Amino acid sequence: MDKNNSEKQTTQSNQKEEISRRNFIKKAGLVTGGIIGSGLIGGIIGNQWWTGTENDVVNETAPDFSEARVFFNRREDFSVLSWTTERILPEDDNGPGAIALGVPYFIDKQLAGAWGNNTDEYMKGPFIEGEDTQGFQSALNRGEIFIQGIRKITEVSKNEFGDSFEELDEEQQIEVLTMFENGEIELQGVGSDTFFNMLIQGTLEGAYSDPLYGGNRNMDGWRMKEYPGPQSSYINVIEKEEFNFMDPISLSNYN
Amino acid sequence: MPKVLKKVDVVTVGVGWTGGIIAAELSKAGYQVVGLERGKEETLEDYNQMKDELKYGHSRNEMMNSLSDDTLTFRNTLDSQALPIREPENLRIGTNTGGGGSHWAAQCHRYLPYDYEIFSQTVERYGKEKIPEGMTIQDWGITYDEIEPYYDKFEKMAGISGEQDPMGPERSSPFPTPPMKEVPATRLFKEAAKNLGYHPISLPSASISETYENPDGQTIYGCQYCSFCYSHGCEFGAKSDPVITVIPTAKNTGNFELRTDANVTRILYEGGQATGVLYTDTRTGQEFEQPADVVALTSYTFNNVRLLLLSEIGTPYNPETGEGVIGKNFCDHHAADGASAARGFFNDRKFNLHMGAGGLGAIFTDYVGDNFDHSEVDFIHGGICRITQGGAGPISNNPVPRGTPRWGSEFKEKSLYYANRVLNVNFMFAVMPWKHHYLDLDPTYTDSTGDPLLRVTFDFEEQDHNLLSFGRDICVEMMEEMGADIVEPSEDIEHVKASFTFQHSSGGAIMGESPDTSAVNNYSQMWDMDNLFVIGASAFPHFGAPNPTGTAGALAYRAAEGIDKYLSNDGGQLVRAKESKKYI
Repeated sequence: MDKNNSEKQTTQSNQKEEISRRNFIKKAGLVTGGIIGSGLIGGIIGNQWWTGTENDVVNETAPDFSEARVFFNRREDFSVLSWTTERILPEDDNGPGAIALGVPYFIDKQLAGAWGNNTDEYMKGPFIEGEDTQGFQSALNRGEIFIQGIRKITEVSKNEFGDSFEELDEEQQIEVLTMFENGEIELQGVGSDTFFNMLIQGTLEGAYSDPLYGGNRNMDGWRMKEYPGPQSSYINVIEKEEFNFMDPISLSNYN
Repeated sequence: MPKVLKKVDVVTVGVGWTGGIIAAELSKAGYQVVGLERGKEETLEDYNQMKDELKYGHSRNEMMNSLSDDTLTFRNTLDSQALPIREPENLRIGTNTGGGGSHWAAQCHRYLPYDYEIFSQTVERYGKEKIPEGMTIQDWGITYDEIEPYYDKFEKMAGISGEQDPMGPERSSPFPTPPMKEVPATRLFKEAAKNLGYHPISLPSASISETYENPDGQTIYGCQYCSFCYSHGCEFGAKSDPVITVIPTAKNTGNFELRTDANVTRILYEGGQATGVLYTDTRTGQEFEQPADVVALTSYTFNNVRLLLLSEIGTPYNPETGEGVIGKNFCDHHAADGASAARGFFNDRKFNLHMGAGGLGAIFTDYVGDNFDHSEVDFIHGGICRITQGGAGPISNNPVPRGTPRWGSEFKEKSLYYANRVLNVNFMFAVMPWKHHYLDLDPTYTDSTGDPLLRVTFDFEEQDHNLLSFGRDICVEMMEEMGADIVEPSEDIEHVKASFTFQHSSGGAIMGESPDTSAVNNYSQMWDMDNLFVIGASAFPHFGAPNPTGTAGALAYRAAEGIDKYLSNDGGQLVRAKESKKYI
């Protein structure tokens, strides 16, 4: 069971984040002397008027006001979601897993918005189960599917192993999720395989999308993949034979 | 009651590449043109902060039309019930000014002389029995030599970068700009192709290699290879796009009015002549009638055909009898990337896959059209072998060798290891039309106003499986020659899925020699309605091997010339119909 290990890594990741922010401030040339109050670090980036010194911010931990649940009201649902994403993209020697990357908060925010509400989907009936080639035909939106699916994970965990999902060991968690992946679990209005595909999609999106959405914390998902983010030009390096590693930037410091 | 507006010379339905070209050419010639666009107006400013794979890539599809109001329905066969395509990731059609011309990958090819005379040349060389029963190929009613000047015009307007294909037809002038840069992946591809006796060239690209001023005085800037082309607008103005070319050209004349938020619902007509269009301002719900001397249908293939069917213009196609023309010969290119390809994993070599441009790549055309002898193969036409480096986004780029789980430790390990160690070679294949592949109105599903949705009936045939398998072998041969450690051929796809994701759909209002077998003549003018022009890939009688924009653009330039002829003379048909050839 590597849950504790993962929590430790999360802390490490927060420390890394702090370090990297300092580096950013340094690199961006914003350090010109002056004083800054606690809690303002998040607002520094992009604020040209800030005149703090590097030392002023070293011991501050930036509170992240965006890490609060907006879609999942029940604590247990969010915990099951979190451990599910961690099993999909676990912490390992390559770097942080889904939890440390902020994936659960990313998915929570996405479910509260257009994606979760199927704003851009055609949602008129009749809803008929078609052939395999005819694609998704559910009357449920993704938010409804996630709530139903997550609670079913809890139910299956209790039935199969007598405990809640987060208390199962890693192998048991994988076993439960594999049943969903294989479409063996009955859900109403959607297949459990479809639900599981959404979990995989949401996890990869949370790990590798621009950090502006709340995942890919500190761009560590991009670092693992050696992806440099939204660079403005590669015209001078694209012809080269060797791999060109660049530290990533995000849309918050693009332009 | 709709409010009736002042009559204009020309109204376009949609303002993307084809609408923009019509607007630019006719407003330059002094005609009053109104462009009706269902979406909003886009400018380069709207392309800021677009380097966002989540928002603009295959998941959230922000540059694409929302499906909340309308979509397509889809089925594989005539006897099954069509169901709606519900998710935007499975039906990606551009919206706002620029349309598909803003989000395209900008690979800009020409069709072949063979494409334009596919029926005659196949029969002449192999006999009529080479064409299987039910395959409805026909000649386009124009030859390559006749359409060539219009390709030239489109390519000069768009500044296309490229080099002469030794296997391809002659060009009347060289490419406006030199080919895009070589990168390790394209070098590897070209060397392997040469070793195998093929004739590789750089892919013709509308993300252009150097800053260029087009004949209309519009500037397209040199590409920065930043990778955000496909599905995105180019913030640098380095990808040819109606928003930075034909639309401003039209506006500069003072003769063009762009009207956004205008959803055209019907083409209006009286006594066999179009009188204008009916549209709704989507902000207020107010209906307007825009009278015009000429109506140019310049939206995407699906909407062009749907508006004809909803307006009851032309004879709807009947797949049982083969009679009628509206909806006939629907083809779609969308499975091309996945179904006929090879993937190569390199254990000891890394590529800069995050860099690139939509049009950066290399191809060879030794196996396209009738460039090789088809006597011993069980298909007609062929495909183009291609490698591209469009820039791999980190959300979608998770390559793992076959047999690896889709999630968990092993997935993470391998997807990170191979993220920059994988190349794909694919075979862009031509798609032939069939008697039972067509478009009509769905009997069950409707849009938000209650009008029926367009229904697509389409599948792979034996021709496709044979051609895809042939192309797959070539891709595997190439990938092995390129030195990949693991070479994986793509898996055959048994049936086409409800997924129209590249905006490569054609037919439904096809061009030809006779009103018996086609909807429009070679000026894209309706045989049944002299002042209605239906422009774009809806006019293709089949889908050639490469991407469609160059050909749709050429047809639009020819249509613009036709509209000018129509308006400056006494109207009437611009082409004399020929006796209907006895197609199968």
